[in-house]
Amino acid sequence: MSVFPQPRTSSIGPILDVDREASCLEIEGLSLAYGDKPALRGLALRVPRHRVTAFIGPSGCGKSTLLRALNRLHDLNEEVRHEGRILLEGQDIHAPEVAVAELRRRVGMVFQVPNPFPMSIYDNVAFGLRLLGGMRRRQMDDVVEWALTSAALWHEVKDRLRASAWSLSGGQQQRLVIARTLAVRPEVLLLDEPASALDPISTLKIEELIRNLKSQLTLVLVTHNMQQAARVSDYTAFLQEGELVEYGPTDDLFTNPRLRRTENYITGRMA
Amino acid sequence: MDITSDTHSQHISRQFNQELEELKTRLMAMGGLVEKQVQDAVTALLDGDTRLAERVIDNDNQVNAMQIRLDEECTRVLARRQPAASDLRLVLAVIRAASDLERIGDEASKIARNAIGLVEADNGSRGFVEVRLISEHVRMMVRDALTSFARFDTELALKVVHEDEQVDSEYQSAMRALMTFMMEDARAISPVLSVMWILRALERIGDHANNLAEYVVYLVKGLDIRHTDPDELDEQSLTRKG
Repeated sequence: MSVFPQPRTSSIGPILDVDREASCLEIEGLSLAYGDKPALRGLALRVPRHRVTAFIGPSGCGKSTLLRALNRLHDLNEEVRHEGRILLEGQDIHAPEVAVAELRRRVGMVFQVPNPFPMSIYDNVAFGLRLLGGMRRRQMDDVVEWALTSAALWHEVKDRLRASAWSLSGGQQQRLVIARTLAVRPEVLLLDEPASALDPISTLKIEELIRNLKSQLTLVLVTHNMQQAARVSDYTAFLQEGELVEYGPTDDLFTNPRLRRTENYITGRMA
Repeated sequence: MDITSDTHSQHISRQFNQELEELKTRLMAMGGLVEKQVQDAVTALLDGDTRLAERVIDNDNQVNAMQIRLDEECTRVLARRQPAASDLRLVLAVIRAASDLERIGDEASKIARNAIGLVEADNGSRGFVEVRLISEHVRMMVRDALTSFARFDTELALKVVHEDEQVDSEYQSAMRALMTFMMEDARAISPVLSVMWILRALERIGDHANNLAEYVVYLVKGLDIRHTDPDELDEQSLTRKG
């Protein structure tokens, strides 16, 4: 501890401290290997609720592997073995009583390339609702409108909900996919390079959306684009070779990282 | 993460290395000129050399131009490189330091203008001893602050911060002495006032050198020590938590 009276005020937002946040996800001693190739080594971190947490790191550092582990996307890959626990709101996501489909409703995921289904805009958003069932037409209309509004897409598509989702631009498609995920009311939204295939304006819309969504849910973002991580996230975790190197408030990490390895990576220096 | 003087040579982009080096080099060049301006302004007064004083006033344009050029370079680096961490801190420190150096340049011109007035009025050399003492002190502060910037040396930077307190007290006692001159002899009021303006300018130069030293601590340690009691500052207190 420094005896030094460091003024800790910020005009752009509250001072963040992960230890004072309520956790949404807790990752405890997580190791994961593809066959005999280790991908994650003993990770421990807490993802705070209603915040944006970014995972950054060089290719192959394990950030996407970690993101996928959070809604058990590795389940179908028999080669994958893991140790340690992931708790969602205190519950182990690998506990036998946890149904994978329900877990994935609670923890939604958006990928790098927009993947709308080959159907209308409306049907894309209603898809998950229909799977869940038990919803009247009128009610479904409301949820579709709410989801599209939350994804900042409603005003652009409200007059052509029956048009094919593929008639939308790449950026609109990505927001449609986010709306489809939001429709089933997830608690967590995982985003894997959500804007890397988009032009700068569409990218800014997605980033704006990410910031706006955190009042509703917890967001976890994997990105190669460090400026993007710096722009949208509250907390940033830097991973290298499957290890968590440094994790803390984004403002601290990008102005004054604690470790040389982090400094070298975010400033583009040789290790 | 503390930085060391070799950190800026390790970017994967060699061009970026050069751009950051260039910023430092330009800042040092500006610092060298400003330091000389202060020295010349004081020499002009003590030696009664009005031509040297004129030259100091003329050279201030050059100082201003250097600040503008440095600001442009920094803006370009910010826009094109989006620097982070210590690189970001370097660019910010250079912008701030250039602004303080420019102000030191202004103070040097002020000294030179007052020197011309004093030499022309030829009213003795009351207060010159004080001017010599304080000017030597603040010039050393400026030089040390620039050296600490060049070497990322926080120990030297902290020394400058502590020196500033001493200059402030030297300034106070010089002012008291000059006040006595004015009370003793009403005809001395005008020239002594000019000397007071010069002392005031020197004291301000010390404050700017103090600012430069604070930017060095920010640059190296990522800590903002502005508005902190200097008595609480030592190398150990700069060790960041965690």
